[in-house]
Amino acid sequence: MDMMDSAERAAHPKPAFYWKIWAWLLALTVLEVTASLKLTLPKGEMIVLLVGMAIIKALLVALYFMHLRFERVSLGITISVTLVLALVLVFAIMMQWLFHSPSTVMPPR
Amino acid sequence: MDAMIATRAMETEAGVGLPNKKLGMWVFLCSEVMFFTGLIGGYIVLRFGSAMWPVPSTILNVPLTAFNTFLLICSSVTMVLALSAAQSRDMRRCRRYLVATCLIGASFLSVQIFEYHHLLFIEHFTPSKSLFGSVFFTTTGFHGFHVLCGVVCMTFVTVRAFRGKYDHDHEGIENVGLYWHFVDLVWIILFTVIYLI
Repeated sequence: MDMMDSAERAAHPKPAFYWKIWAWLLALTVLEVTASLKLTLPKGEMIVLLVGMAIIKALLVALYFMHLRFERVSLGITISVTLVLALVLVFAIMMQWLFHSPSTVMPPR
Repeated sequence: MDAMIATRAMETEAGVGLPNKKLGMWVFLCSEVMFFTGLIGGYIVLRFGSAMWPVPSTILNVPLTAFNTFLLICSSVTMVLALSAAQSRDMRRCRRYLVATCLIGASFLSVQIFEYHHLLFIEHFTPSKSLFGSVFFTTTGFHGFHVLCGVVCMTFVTVRAFRGKYDHDHEGIENVGLYWHFVDLVWIILFTVIYLI
């Protein structure tokens, strides 16, 4: 048991590393909010910028806080299957948008 | 002790080589990914398929929600530090971080309740007001419910930690931590998609 715990401790980062990730998450959040409220970019570019930053933040949480970076490859493969299915789901839902005109969607009251 | 190690080894051998409870948590989180993908996908289709859509920052309080995002990020770091302390057998520090995580999680919920109250009763922005209103309350409401479940589970784990239940085996802390980080991860996406874009 002790051997397993010491191996676990060696594999996982020290607390200072987690604070660095926290600082990155905080900085990216400040950048996101500032960009959203202050920058005047075309809609498409703004979406790419904001979603890009959100994906980086989500990856930081998944890789380092959820320890996916230090987990077995088999777990990564299991999770990636879900991500592929999630993309298929988004794509399937998008079909609704691509093949129907805006007028089919209920307007605001 | 030997029997405990043997049981742990048997549990670890199953499936993808992880303890069963941890694997179970990951499978549950995978199902949650699909759940939130459906909600976010629905939001995207309704938003970009709609002829008229309000600018979210004109209705929603973005600075307040940015502060809430900050709270959730802080709670994620206290959670991972609680696990790190448990792995180092520093249970005093672990309990302190668990309490901090519970309090910050509860603060997130309080801010969300305040936001809902303001929107519903002062701004009169209700779910039936518009399409944006329905999808906003559905998506953030389901996320808030997940945070509430997380706070309840975290409180349970914290109480157990104070009773010394994780002094030798910190699997429970790790599993509730996985759920908590997932809730944080979902919020990171929701905040961008619903409040900022």
